[in-house]
Amino acid sequence: MQIFIDLANLIRGWITGMGISEAAAEIVMTAVGAVAVIVFILIHVILLILAERRVSAFFQLRKGPNRLGPIGIGQVLADVVKTLGKEDIIPAGADKFVFKIASTTFFATALLAYAVIPFGEGMIIQDLNIGIFYFIAIGSTATMSVLMAGWSSNNKYAMIGGMRGVAQMISYEIPMVFSLLGVVMLAGSLKMSDIVEAQKNMWFIVPQFIAFLIYYIAATAEINRAPFDLPEGEQELVAGFFIEYSGIRWALFAMAEYANMVAVSAIATTLFLGGWNAPFGLTFIPPFVWFMLKLYVMIFTFLWVRWTFPRLRVDHLMHFGWKFLIPASLANILVTGIGIYIYRAITG
Amino acid sequence: MLTSYAGIAVVLVIGIVFPLILLGVSRILHPKKPTPVKLLTYECGLETIGDTWVQFKISYFMYALIFVVFDVETIFLYPWAIKFQSLGLFAIVEMFIFIAILLLGFWYAWKEGALEWM
Repeated sequence: MQIFIDLANLIRGWITGMGISEAAAEIVMTAVGAVAVIVFILIHVILLILAERRVSAFFQLRKGPNRLGPIGIGQVLADVVKTLGKEDIIPAGADKFVFKIASTTFFATALLAYAVIPFGEGMIIQDLNIGIFYFIAIGSTATMSVLMAGWSSNNKYAMIGGMRGVAQMISYEIPMVFSLLGVVMLAGSLKMSDIVEAQKNMWFIVPQFIAFLIYYIAATAEINRAPFDLPEGEQELVAGFFIEYSGIRWALFAMAEYANMVAVSAIATTLFLGGWNAPFGLTFIPPFVWFMLKLYVMIFTFLWVRWTFPRLRVDHLMHFGWKFLIPASLANILVTGIGIYIYRAITG
Repeated sequence: MLTSYAGIAVVLVIGIVFPLILLGVSRILHPKKPTPVKLLTYECGLETIGDTWVQFKISYFMYALIFVVFDVETIFLYPWAIKFQSLGLFAIVEMFIFIAILLLGFWYAWKEGALEWM
Protein backbone atom coordinates (compact mmCIF):
# COMPACT_ATOMS: atom_id res chain seq x y z
CA MET A 1 0.00 0.00 0.00
CA GLN A 2 2.62 2.44 1.04
CA ILE A 3 5.29 1.29 -1.36
CA PHE A 4 6.80 4.71 -1.94
CA ILE A 5 7.02 5.48 1.77
CA ASP A 6 8.62 2.10 2.40
CA LEU A 7 11.02 2.67 -0.45
CA ALA A 8 11.94 6.06 0.97
CA ASN A 9 12.55 4.57 4.41
CA LEU A 10 14.71 1.88 2.84
CA ILE A 11 16.86 4.46 1.07
CA ARG A 12 17.05 6.57 4.22
CA GLY A 13 18.21 3.58 6.25
CA TRP A 14 20.82 2.77 3.62
CA ILE A 15 22.11 6.36 3.64
CA THR A 16 22.34 6.69 7.40
CA GLY A 17 23.95 3.25 7.47
CA MET A 18 26.82 4.76 5.55
CA GLY A 19 27.50 7.08 8.50
CA ILE A 20 25.95 10.34 7.30
CA SER A 21 24.34 12.59 9.94
CA GLU A 22 20.58 12.90 10.31
CA ALA A 23 20.30 16.43 8.90
CA ALA A 24 22.34 15.60 5.83
CA ALA A 25 20.33 12.43 5.31
CA GLU A 26 17.18 14.56 5.42
CA ILE A 27 18.51 16.81 2.66
CA VAL A 28 19.63 13.84 0.57
CA MET A 29 16.20 12.25 0.94
CA THR A 30 14.53 15.50 -0.13
CA ALA A 31 16.79 15.62 -3.16
CA VAL A 32 16.00 12.00 -4.05
CA GLY A 33 12.29 12.71 -3.64
CA ALA A 34 12.54 15.83 -5.79
CA VAL A 35 14.30 13.97 -8.60
CA ALA A 36 11.73 11.17 -8.45
CA VAL A 37 8.75 13.54 -8.58
CA ILE A 38 10.21 15.63 -11.38
CA VAL A 39 11.02 12.58 -13.50
CA PHE A 40 7.49 11.29 -12.87
CA ILE A 41 5.96 14.61 -13.91
CA LEU A 42 8.14 14.94 -17.01
CA ILE A 43 7.09 11.51 -18.19
CA HIS A 44 3.49 12.58 -17.73
CA VAL A 45 4.08 15.81 -19.62
CA ILE A 46 5.66 14.08 -22.58
CA LEU A 47 2.84 11.55 -22.74
CA LEU A 48 0.34 14.36 -22.32
CA ILE A 49 1.43 15.92 -25.59
CA LEU A 50 0.37 12.72 -27.32
CA ALA A 51 -2.70 12.34 -25.12
CA GLU A 52 -3.90 15.81 -26.02
CA ARG A 53 -3.63 15.04 -29.71
CA ARG A 54 -5.53 11.75 -29.33
CA VAL A 55 -8.22 13.19 -27.06
CA SER A 56 -8.67 16.28 -29.23
CA ALA A 57 -9.01 14.00 -32.23
CA PHE A 58 -11.71 11.93 -30.59
CA PHE A 59 -13.62 15.09 -29.73
CA GLN A 60 -13.43 16.03 -33.39
CA LEU A 61 -14.61 12.60 -34.56
CA ARG A 62 -11.29 11.56 -36.02
CA LYS A 63 -8.41 9.45 -34.77
CA GLY A 64 -5.25 11.11 -33.62
CA PRO A 65 -1.75 9.91 -34.39
CA ASN A 66 -1.98 6.18 -34.87
CA ARG A 67 0.68 5.36 -37.46
CA LEU A 68 3.64 4.96 -35.17
CA GLY A 69 3.03 2.29 -32.58
CA PRO A 70 -0.15 0.75 -31.19
CA ILE A 71 -2.04 3.86 -30.05
CA GLY A 72 0.46 6.29 -31.42
CA ILE A 73 2.98 5.77 -28.62
CA GLY A 74 5.83 5.89 -31.13
CA GLN A 75 4.81 9.45 -31.88
CA VAL A 76 6.37 10.52 -28.60
CA LEU A 77 9.76 9.15 -29.59
CA ALA A 78 9.41 10.60 -33.08
CA ASP A 79 8.64 14.03 -31.65
CA VAL A 80 11.63 13.89 -29.32
CA VAL A 81 13.98 12.90 -32.11
CA LYS A 82 12.57 15.59 -34.39
CA THR A 83 12.84 18.44 -31.93
CA LEU A 84 16.35 17.50 -30.86
CA GLY A 85 17.51 17.48 -34.45
CA LYS A 86 16.09 20.80 -35.62
CA GLU A 87 18.36 23.69 -36.38
CA ASP A 88 18.42 26.38 -33.74
CA ILE A 89 17.51 29.50 -35.70
CA ILE A 90 17.82 32.71 -33.70
CA PRO A 91 16.58 35.68 -35.73
CA ALA A 92 19.14 38.27 -36.68
CA GLY A 93 17.37 41.10 -34.87
CA ALA A 94 16.64 39.22 -31.68
CA ASP A 95 18.08 40.01 -28.27
CA LYS A 96 20.22 36.87 -28.10
CA PHE A 97 20.79 36.50 -24.38
CA VAL A 98 17.18 37.03 -23.31
CA PHE A 99 15.97 34.90 -26.21
CA LYS A 100 18.14 32.01 -25.08
CA ILE A 101 17.22 32.05 -21.44
CA ALA A 102 13.46 32.64 -21.81
CA SER A 103 12.62 29.01 -22.54
CA THR A 104 14.78 27.76 -19.68
CA THR A 105 13.23 30.13 -17.15
CA PHE A 106 9.72 29.29 -18.29
CA PHE A 107 10.48 25.60 -17.79
CA ALA A 108 12.16 26.13 -14.41
CA THR A 109 9.24 28.14 -13.03
CA ALA A 110 6.81 25.55 -14.29
CA LEU A 111 8.68 22.83 -12.40
CA LEU A 112 9.02 24.84 -9.19
CA ALA A 113 5.31 24.57 -8.54
CA TYR A 114 5.63 20.83 -7.95
CA ALA A 115 7.59 21.26 -4.75
CA VAL A 116 4.44 21.63 -2.65
CA ILE A 117 2.03 19.17 -4.22
CA PRO A 118 1.03 16.24 -2.01
CA PHE A 119 0.89 13.15 -4.17
CA GLY A 120 -0.09 10.94 -1.31
CA GLU A 121 0.13 10.67 2.44
CA GLY A 122 3.53 12.04 3.33
CA MET A 123 4.61 12.30 -0.31
CA ILE A 124 5.51 15.94 -0.77
CA ILE A 125 8.91 17.19 -1.78
CA GLN A 126 8.73 19.98 0.79
CA ASP A 127 5.77 20.42 3.11
CA LEU A 128 6.19 24.16 3.52
CA ASN A 129 4.27 26.09 6.16
CA ILE A 130 3.27 28.49 3.41
CA GLY A 131 2.34 25.86 0.83
CA ILE A 132 -0.40 27.61 -1.11
CA PHE A 133 1.24 31.00 -0.85
CA TYR A 134 4.40 29.57 -2.38
CA PHE A 135 2.40 28.14 -5.27
CA ILE A 136 0.76 31.50 -5.94
CA ALA A 137 4.11 33.28 -5.83
CA ILE A 138 5.63 30.84 -8.32
CA GLY A 139 2.63 31.25 -10.59
CA SER A 140 3.38 34.95 -10.84
CA THR A 141 6.94 34.38 -12.02
CA ALA A 142 5.78 32.66 -15.19
CA THR A 143 4.63 35.99 -16.59
CA MET A 144 8.18 37.25 -16.79
CA SER A 145 9.30 34.43 -19.06
CA VAL A 146 6.38 35.14 -21.39
CA LEU A 147 7.38 38.77 -21.58
CA MET A 148 11.04 37.88 -22.14
CA ALA A 149 10.16 35.55 -24.97
CA GLY A 150 7.78 38.00 -26.59
CA TRP A 151 10.01 41.03 -26.38
CA SER A 152 13.33 39.49 -27.26
CA SER A 153 12.11 37.90 -30.49
CA ASN A 154 11.93 41.29 -32.20
CA ASN A 155 8.84 40.12 -34.02
CA LYS A 156 5.59 42.05 -34.04
CA TYR A 157 3.47 38.94 -33.57
CA ALA A 158 5.61 37.82 -30.70
CA MET A 159 5.52 41.19 -29.02
CA ILE A 160 1.76 41.50 -29.24
CA GLY A 161 1.41 37.94 -28.04
CA GLY A 162 3.78 38.52 -25.16
CA MET A 163 2.14 41.75 -24.01
CA ARG A 164 -1.32 40.25 -24.24
CA GLY A 165 -0.08 37.18 -22.43
CA VAL A 166 1.27 39.22 -19.55
CA ALA A 167 -1.88 41.35 -19.35
CA GLN A 168 -4.01 38.22 -19.30
CA MET A 169 -1.89 36.41 -16.75
CA ILE A 170 -1.80 39.27 -14.28
CA SER A 171 -5.49 39.95 -14.72
CA TYR A 172 -6.50 36.39 -13.89
CA GLU A 173 -3.97 36.04 -11.10
CA ILE A 174 -6.23 37.96 -8.73
CA PRO A 175 -9.43 35.89 -9.06
CA MET A 176 -7.30 32.76 -8.72
CA VAL A 177 -5.73 34.03 -5.50
CA PHE A 178 -9.04 35.21 -4.07
CA SER A 179 -10.75 31.93 -4.82
CA LEU A 180 -8.09 29.98 -2.96
CA LEU A 181 -8.66 32.26 0.02
CA GLY A 182 -11.99 30.59 0.71
CA VAL A 183 -10.24 27.22 1.02
CA VAL A 184 -7.66 28.69 3.38
CA MET A 185 -10.44 30.12 5.53
CA LEU A 186 -12.09 26.73 5.79
CA ALA A 187 -8.88 24.83 6.47
CA GLY A 188 -7.25 27.40 8.73
CA SER A 189 -3.78 26.79 7.37
CA LEU A 190 -1.62 27.32 4.30
CA LYS A 191 0.12 23.98 4.69
CA MET A 192 -0.87 21.51 1.99
CA SER A 193 -1.04 18.49 4.25
CA ASP A 194 -3.31 20.36 6.67
CA ILE A 195 -5.65 21.28 3.86
CA VAL A 196 -5.88 17.69 2.67
CA GLU A 197 -6.45 16.55 6.27
CA ALA A 198 -9.28 19.06 6.65
CA GLN A 199 -11.09 17.45 3.72
CA LYS A 200 -11.40 14.06 5.36
CA ASN A 201 -15.14 14.35 5.84
CA MET A 202 -16.17 16.62 3.01
CA TRP A 203 -14.26 17.80 -0.03
CA PHE A 204 -14.00 21.56 -0.23
CA ILE A 205 -15.69 21.63 -3.62
CA VAL A 206 -19.03 21.27 -1.80
CA PRO A 207 -18.95 24.44 0.33
CA GLN A 208 -16.73 26.30 -2.13
CA PHE A 209 -18.34 25.42 -5.43
CA ILE A 210 -18.30 28.98 -6.76
CA ALA A 211 -14.67 29.31 -5.74
CA PHE A 212 -13.89 26.10 -7.59
CA LEU A 213 -15.48 27.45 -10.78
CA ILE A 214 -13.66 30.76 -10.45
CA TYR A 215 -10.38 28.96 -9.80
CA TYR A 216 -10.92 26.70 -12.80
CA ILE A 217 -11.60 29.61 -15.16
CA ALA A 218 -8.76 31.70 -13.77
CA ALA A 219 -6.34 28.77 -13.96
CA THR A 220 -7.27 28.15 -17.58
CA ALA A 221 -6.46 31.79 -18.28
CA GLU A 222 -3.23 31.65 -16.27
CA ILE A 223 -1.85 28.74 -18.28
CA ASN A 224 -2.80 30.37 -21.58
CA ARG A 225 -5.05 27.53 -22.62
CA ALA A 226 -8.14 27.70 -24.74
CA PRO A 227 -10.55 29.37 -24.54
CA PHE A 228 -8.03 31.91 -23.25
CA ASP A 229 -5.16 31.15 -25.58
CA LEU A 230 -5.13 34.50 -27.33
CA PRO A 231 -1.40 35.06 -26.62
CA GLU A 232 -0.74 32.02 -28.75
CA GLY A 233 -3.84 32.21 -30.87
CA GLU A 234 -3.15 30.07 -33.86
CA GLN A 235 -5.50 31.85 -36.18
CA GLU A 236 -4.29 35.28 -35.30
CA LEU A 237 -0.80 35.42 -33.98
CA VAL A 238 0.57 32.24 -35.52
CA ALA A 239 2.07 31.06 -32.23
CA GLY A 240 2.18 34.31 -30.36
CA PHE A 241 5.07 34.81 -28.08
CA PHE A 242 7.05 31.72 -29.05
CA ILE A 243 6.80 32.25 -32.78
CA GLU A 244 10.53 32.56 -33.39
CA TYR A 245 11.48 29.54 -31.33
CA SER A 246 12.32 26.33 -33.14
CA GLY A 247 13.45 22.86 -32.21
CA ILE A 248 14.24 22.12 -28.59
CA ARG A 249 13.54 25.67 -27.43
CA TRP A 250 9.98 25.38 -28.67
CA ALA A 251 9.70 21.93 -27.12
CA LEU A 252 10.72 23.40 -23.76
CA PHE A 253 7.91 25.95 -24.05
CA ALA A 254 5.40 23.25 -24.94
CA MET A 255 6.55 20.97 -22.13
CA ALA A 256 6.44 23.85 -19.65
CA GLU A 257 2.92 24.70 -20.78
CA TYR A 258 1.75 21.14 -20.17
CA ALA A 259 3.62 21.03 -16.88
CA ASN A 260 1.72 24.17 -15.87
CA MET A 261 -1.52 22.47 -16.79
CA VAL A 262 -0.71 19.42 -14.68
CA ALA A 263 0.35 21.70 -11.80
CA VAL A 264 -2.90 23.67 -11.69
CA SER A 265 -4.85 20.42 -12.00
CA ALA A 266 -2.91 19.05 -9.04
CA ILE A 267 -3.64 22.17 -6.99
CA ALA A 268 -7.34 21.95 -7.86
CA THR A 269 -7.29 18.28 -6.83
CA THR A 270 -5.54 19.04 -3.55
CA LEU A 271 -7.60 22.05 -2.57
CA PHE A 272 -11.04 21.24 -3.88
CA LEU A 273 -11.30 17.55 -4.64
CA GLY A 274 -9.89 16.22 -1.39
CA GLY A 275 -6.31 15.50 -2.41
CA TRP A 276 -5.44 11.92 -1.63
CA ASN A 277 -8.55 11.28 0.49
CA ALA A 278 -10.66 8.36 -0.63
CA PRO A 279 -14.32 9.12 -1.35
CA PHE A 280 -17.04 7.00 0.25
CA GLY A 281 -14.50 5.37 2.51
CA LEU A 282 -12.92 3.15 -0.15
CA THR A 283 -9.59 3.12 1.60
CA PHE A 284 -8.33 -0.16 0.21
CA ILE A 285 -7.07 1.74 -2.81
CA PRO A 286 -3.83 3.55 -1.87
CA PRO A 287 -4.10 7.34 -1.44
CA PHE A 288 -1.53 7.89 -4.17
CA VAL A 289 -3.79 6.15 -6.70
CA TRP A 290 -6.75 8.30 -5.66
CA PHE A 291 -4.70 11.44 -6.20
CA MET A 292 -3.66 10.32 -9.65
CA LEU A 293 -7.23 9.41 -10.62
CA LYS A 294 -8.55 12.80 -9.57
CA LEU A 295 -5.62 14.48 -11.31
CA TYR A 296 -6.40 12.69 -14.56
CA VAL A 297 -10.05 13.72 -14.33
CA MET A 298 -9.03 17.36 -13.93
CA ILE A 299 -6.56 17.17 -16.81
CA PHE A 300 -9.24 15.59 -18.98
CA THR A 301 -11.58 18.49 -18.25
CA PHE A 302 -8.89 20.93 -19.36
CA LEU A 303 -8.51 19.03 -22.60
CA TRP A 304 -12.29 18.87 -22.96
CA VAL A 305 -12.89 22.58 -22.41
CA ARG A 306 -10.40 23.43 -25.14
CA TRP A 307 -12.70 22.07 -27.82
CA THR A 308 -15.95 23.15 -26.20
CA PHE A 309 -15.75 26.92 -26.08
CA PRO A 310 -14.68 29.45 -28.70
CA ARG A 311 -11.70 31.61 -27.99
CA LEU A 312 -12.37 34.83 -26.12
CA ARG A 313 -11.61 38.11 -27.82
CA VAL A 314 -9.04 40.12 -25.95
CA ASP A 315 -11.30 42.90 -24.70
CA HIS A 316 -13.93 40.35 -23.65
CA LEU A 317 -11.19 38.48 -21.85
CA MET A 318 -10.05 41.48 -19.84
CA HIS A 319 -13.61 42.60 -19.18
CA PHE A 320 -14.52 39.16 -17.90
CA GLY A 321 -11.50 38.93 -15.64
CA TRP A 322 -11.64 42.36 -14.08
CA LYS A 323 -15.32 43.21 -14.07
CA PHE A 324 -16.88 39.85 -13.38
CA LEU A 325 -14.46 37.45 -11.74
CA ILE A 326 -12.91 39.83 -9.23
CA PRO A 327 -16.23 41.00 -7.77
CA ALA A 328 -17.44 37.40 -7.81
CA SER A 329 -14.42 36.11 -5.94
CA LEU A 330 -14.58 38.93 -3.40
CA ALA A 331 -18.25 38.16 -2.86
CA ASN A 332 -17.26 34.54 -2.32
CA ILE A 333 -14.80 35.58 0.39
CA LEU A 334 -17.43 37.71 2.12
CA VAL A 335 -20.08 35.01 1.98
CA THR A 336 -17.63 32.35 3.17
CA GLY A 337 -16.55 34.57 6.06
CA ILE A 338 -20.09 35.28 7.15
CA GLY A 339 -21.04 31.64 6.69
CA ILE A 340 -18.19 30.33 8.83
CA TYR A 341 -18.94 32.93 11.52
CA ILE A 342 -22.62 32.01 11.66
CA TYR A 343 -21.77 28.29 11.68
CA ARG A 344 -19.35 28.78 14.57
CA ALA A 345 -21.87 30.92 16.43
CA ILE A 346 -24.59 28.30 16.02
CA THR A 347 -22.51 25.23 16.88
CA GLY A 348 -20.64 27.09 19.62
CA MET B 1 15.30 27.55 9.03
CA LEU B 2 16.51 27.83 5.47
CA THR B 3 16.92 24.05 5.29
CA SER B 4 13.15 23.80 5.03
CA TYR B 5 13.57 25.20 1.53
CA ALA B 6 16.17 22.64 0.49
CA GLY B 7 13.73 20.70 -1.66
CA ILE B 8 12.85 23.84 -3.57
CA ALA B 9 16.51 24.53 -4.27
CA VAL B 10 16.85 21.00 -5.62
CA VAL B 11 13.81 21.44 -7.88
CA LEU B 12 15.17 24.77 -9.11
CA VAL B 13 18.53 23.22 -9.93
CA ILE B 14 16.85 20.37 -11.79
CA GLY B 15 14.63 22.85 -13.60
CA ILE B 16 17.68 24.74 -14.86
CA VAL B 17 19.97 21.78 -15.50
CA PHE B 18 17.47 19.64 -17.41
CA PRO B 19 16.77 22.21 -20.17
CA LEU B 20 20.50 22.89 -20.40
CA ILE B 21 21.13 19.19 -20.93
CA LEU B 22 18.48 19.07 -23.63
CA LEU B 23 19.90 22.16 -25.29
CA GLY B 24 23.36 20.65 -25.14
CA VAL B 25 22.23 17.40 -26.74
CA SER B 26 20.41 19.36 -29.41
CA ARG B 27 23.45 21.49 -30.09
CA ILE B 28 25.48 18.38 -30.77
CA LEU B 29 22.88 16.90 -33.07
CA HIS B 30 21.47 19.78 -35.06
CA PRO B 31 22.85 21.22 -38.30
CA LYS B 32 24.36 24.68 -38.24
CA LYS B 33 23.82 26.38 -41.56
CA PRO B 34 22.60 29.93 -41.01
CA THR B 35 21.80 31.90 -44.15
CA PRO B 36 20.56 35.52 -44.17
CA VAL B 37 17.15 34.44 -45.42
CA LYS B 38 16.72 31.96 -42.58
CA LEU B 39 17.51 34.59 -39.99
CA LEU B 40 14.89 37.06 -41.19
CA THR B 41 12.04 38.00 -38.89
CA TYR B 42 8.95 35.92 -39.57
CA GLU B 43 5.82 37.68 -40.72
CA CYS B 44 3.93 35.11 -42.77
CA GLY B 45 6.04 35.67 -45.85
CA LEU B 46 6.04 39.46 -45.87
CA GLU B 47 8.82 41.83 -44.99
CA THR B 48 8.32 43.68 -41.72
CA ILE B 49 7.94 47.41 -41.95
CA GLY B 50 9.06 49.59 -39.08
CA ASP B 51 10.49 48.92 -35.68
CA THR B 52 9.09 46.34 -33.33
CA TRP B 53 10.52 47.71 -30.09
CA VAL B 54 8.18 50.68 -29.83
CA GLN B 55 6.45 52.16 -26.81
CA PHE B 56 3.62 49.95 -25.67
CA LYS B 57 0.02 51.00 -25.07
CA ILE B 58 -0.85 52.71 -21.81
CA SER B 59 -3.64 50.27 -21.03
CA TYR B 60 -1.11 47.52 -20.18
CA PHE B 61 0.39 49.79 -17.56
CA MET B 62 -3.02 50.62 -16.07
CA TYR B 63 -3.82 46.94 -15.64
CA ALA B 64 -0.46 46.36 -14.01
CA LEU B 65 -1.04 49.22 -11.55
CA ILE B 66 -4.40 47.92 -10.41
CA PHE B 67 -2.93 44.43 -10.25
CA VAL B 68 -0.29 45.66 -7.82
CA VAL B 69 -2.96 47.16 -5.58
CA PHE B 70 -4.92 43.93 -5.47
CA ASP B 71 -1.78 41.85 -5.04
CA VAL B 72 -0.86 43.79 -1.91
CA GLU B 73 -4.45 43.37 -0.71
CA THR B 74 -3.98 39.63 -1.15
CA ILE B 75 -0.90 39.67 1.03
CA PHE B 76 -2.97 41.26 3.78
CA LEU B 77 -5.88 38.89 3.28
CA TYR B 78 -3.93 35.63 3.62
CA PRO B 79 -2.82 35.90 7.26
CA TRP B 80 -6.34 37.01 8.15
CA ALA B 81 -7.78 33.98 6.37
CA ILE B 82 -5.53 31.57 8.24
CA LYS B 83 -6.55 32.90 11.63
CA PHE B 84 -10.13 33.53 10.63
CA GLN B 85 -11.79 30.85 12.67
CA SER B 86 -10.19 31.86 15.94
CA LEU B 87 -10.75 35.59 15.57
CA GLY B 88 -13.87 37.31 16.79
CA LEU B 89 -16.43 39.50 15.11
CA PHE B 90 -14.17 42.55 15.38
CA ALA B 91 -11.59 41.10 13.00
CA ILE B 92 -14.20 40.17 10.43
CA VAL B 93 -15.75 43.62 10.41
CA GLU B 94 -12.31 45.24 10.25
CA MET B 95 -11.32 43.16 7.23
CA PHE B 96 -14.59 43.89 5.50
CA ILE B 97 -13.90 47.59 5.98
CA PHE B 98 -10.44 47.07 4.45
CA ILE B 99 -11.92 45.28 1.44
CA ALA B 100 -14.56 48.00 1.14
CA ILE B 101 -11.91 50.72 0.97
CA LEU B 102 -10.12 48.83 -1.78
CA LEU B 103 -13.39 48.23 -3.59
CA LEU B 104 -13.94 51.98 -3.52
CA GLY B 105 -10.66 52.45 -5.34
CA PHE B 106 -11.60 49.67 -7.76
CA TRP B 107 -14.97 51.29 -8.46
CA TYR B 108 -13.24 54.61 -9.13
CA ALA B 109 -10.80 52.97 -11.56
CA TRP B 110 -13.73 51.23 -13.27
CA LYS B 111 -15.66 54.47 -13.59
CA GLU B 112 -12.68 56.36 -14.97
CA GLY B 113 -12.16 53.77 -17.68
CA ALA B 114 -8.84 52.37 -16.48
CA LEU B 115 -10.14 48.84 -17.01
CA GLU B 116 -11.17 49.36 -20.61
CA TRP B 117 -9.14 47.65 -23.32
CA MET B 118 -8.40 50.67 -25.47
